[in-house]
Amino acid sequence: MSSQRPIWMGKPRLVTRIAKGIALFIVVMLVIFPFWTIVATSIATPEEVVANGGWVVIPETISFAAYTDILRGGVITNALTVSAGITLVGTATSLLATIFLAYALARPNVVGGRPILLLVLFTFLFPPAMIPSFLVVKETGLFDSYAALILPVLINVFNLVVMRGFFQGVPGELIEAARLDGAGDFRILTRIILPLSKAVVAVIGLFYAVSYWNSFFNAIIYLDDTSKWPIQAVLRQYVSQGAALADTSEATMVNSPQSVKMAVVVLATVPIILVYPFIQRFFTKGVLTGAIKS
Amino acid sequence: MLPGVGYFLVFHYGALFGNVIAFKDYVPFIGVWDSPWVGVENFTSLMGNTQFWHAAWNTVSIAGLQLLFYFPAPLALALLLHSLAGDTIRRFVQSVVYLPHFISWVIVVALFQQVLGDVGVLNGVLADNGLTTIDIIGNPDAYRPLVIAQIIWKECGWGTIIFLAALTNVNEQLYEAAAIDGANAWRRFWHVTLPAIRPVVILLLILRLGDILTVGFEQFFLQRNAVGPGAGEVLDTFVFYTGIGSGNFGTATAAGLMKGAIGLILVYSANKIAHRLGEQGVYKSR
Repeated sequence: MSSQRPIWMGKPRLVTRIAKGIALFIVVMLVIFPFWTIVATSIATPEEVVANGGWVVIPETISFAAYTDILRGGVITNALTVSAGITLVGTATSLLATIFLAYALARPNVVGGRPILLLVLFTFLFPPAMIPSFLVVKETGLFDSYAALILPVLINVFNLVVMRGFFQGVPGELIEAARLDGAGDFRILTRIILPLSKAVVAVIGLFYAVSYWNSFFNAIIYLDDTSKWPIQAVLRQYVSQGAALADTSEATMVNSPQSVKMAVVVLATVPIILVYPFIQRFFTKGVLTGAIKS
Repeated sequence: MLPGVGYFLVFHYGALFGNVIAFKDYVPFIGVWDSPWVGVENFTSLMGNTQFWHAAWNTVSIAGLQLLFYFPAPLALALLLHSLAGDTIRRFVQSVVYLPHFISWVIVVALFQQVLGDVGVLNGVLADNGLTTIDIIGNPDAYRPLVIAQIIWKECGWGTIIFLAALTNVNEQLYEAAAIDGANAWRRFWHVTLPAIRPVVILLLILRLGDILTVGFEQFFLQRNAVGPGAGEVLDTFVFYTGIGSGNFGTATAAGLMKGAIGLILVYSANKIAHRLGEQGVYKSR
C-alpha cells in the first residue's frame, strides 16, 4: 500500500525488520521520554514528586498548582512577556531585513551587488568574535537595551543565502513581464516573488523565531538589568544553576522546587512545540531548495 | 537593502575592526581608538598562559570526539531511515527526531539533569533496585561523553535532512543495473549508495574541519561551572571568562582572533585537499 518498494529491493528478512524496528523505537523514545518526565513532573503534586525522589513518570493526581504559581505575575511571567516581545519584534525585523537584502542580491546587475555579496559571504568564514562584538554593542550605546538582543543578530548569513537562492529560482520572464507593465521593485517583490516563496519565508521565519526565543547568552552579557531578562536566561539561573527564586511572589518555589522548575521548563518549550507542526511540512522543501542551490 | 548592508558593516565589520584591540592595551575609559598599541604582547602573554593551553586541549579533544562520534551519527540514522519502505513510519520518526534541534541549550541541559542528574530518573531507577547511583552531571571524568551524548541527542535528527536528500537523489537506474548484475543488498549499498553520497559527506566534513575549534559555546558555558574549569573550559568559554568575566579584553581578543584565523586556514586547506581528491568542496578556487 503505502510502501512503494522498488523491484530491486527484495522484502528484508524478518530479523532485519525486527532489528530496525527496535532501533527506531529506541531512537524515538530517547527523544520523547525526557520531555515526558518533564511534563509529568510539572503536573504532579509536590508531595508525590518528593516521595518519588524528584521525578515522576505517571502522576497519580494531576495538579496545575505549579503553573498557577509562576503565572501569577513575578519573575517568570515577566520573563515570558519579554521573550514573547523580543521574538515577535525580532522575527519581524529580521525577516524584513533578510528579504530586502536577499532580493537586492538576487537581482542581476544591481550596482555593487557582487562586492556586497562577497562582503557578506566573508563573514560566514570569519564570524565576528565575542569580545569585539561586545565592544561594538557598548560603543553603539545599545548596552542594557532590548535592541541589544535583536540588532547584533539581525541577519543570519545562512538564512540570507538560502533566501537569495530561492529568489533566484523565480523565473526571470515573470519579473521582466511585470517590469514592462510598469511594476517597481517593491511591487515585484511583494506581488510576485513573495507569494511564490511562501515555504522559504515560513521556514526562515521559524528559524529566526526559534533563535530569538532560545537566546539567552546575549541577554546575559548585554543586559545588566536582570529584570529585563528573557525566559531562557532566567531558566538558566533557576534551573541549570539551581539558584533559589529571590522573588517572594513565588514563595512555593521553596516547597516544591522540582515541579515548579519543570513547569518553567515546559513554559519555555511550549511555544516551539506549538508552532512546530504547522511549519514542519515546509522543512525539507524550504531548507533543501535553498541549500542545494547555494 | 541599506539596513542589511548597514547591519553587516556595523556588527560584522565593526567587530572585525574591533579585533585590533588584540594588539592594544585596551582601556575601556579611553576607548578602542586611543588605547595604546602594544604589538604582540597580548599574544606572547597568551602563549605563557597555562589556562589557555588547557582550554585549547579540551577544545581539540572534544572536537576530535565530536568528529568520531557525532559526525557519523546523522549519516547512520539517515541510512536507517532511508532503508525503511513505509512512508508513514519514516515521516513520524523524522518529525520526532527533528524536534530537539529547536530546543534551547538551556532546556537540553535541564532535560539531561532531569534524566541523568543525582535525583534524576536514571539514578532513581538504580536506587530503587538497590544499585549504586552514578554521578554523571558534575563529574569531570564523565563530562566529555556527556557533552557528546548531548550534541548527538540534539542535532543528530536534524543532521539527517541533508543526507536523506542526497540519498533520494541517487539515480535509481544504478540500483536496477546493479541488481540485474547480481549485486546483493550489501553490495548495492557499498557500490551505489555510498559513492553517490560521498560528495555531500566530504562537503560537510570540510565545513566541520573549518569549524573544529568551535565545539559550541552555549552548551559549554552552561555546564562549565558544574564540572569546574579543569574539564569544562573550552576556547570560547576561556574568551568569555578572560574578557567579559575578568576584563582582560586584550588577551581574550587575541585568543578569539587566533581561533578565527586558524579556522579560516583550516577551511581553506581542507578545501584545497578536497580539490586534489577530485571533489567539488565548498567553493571553487580559481
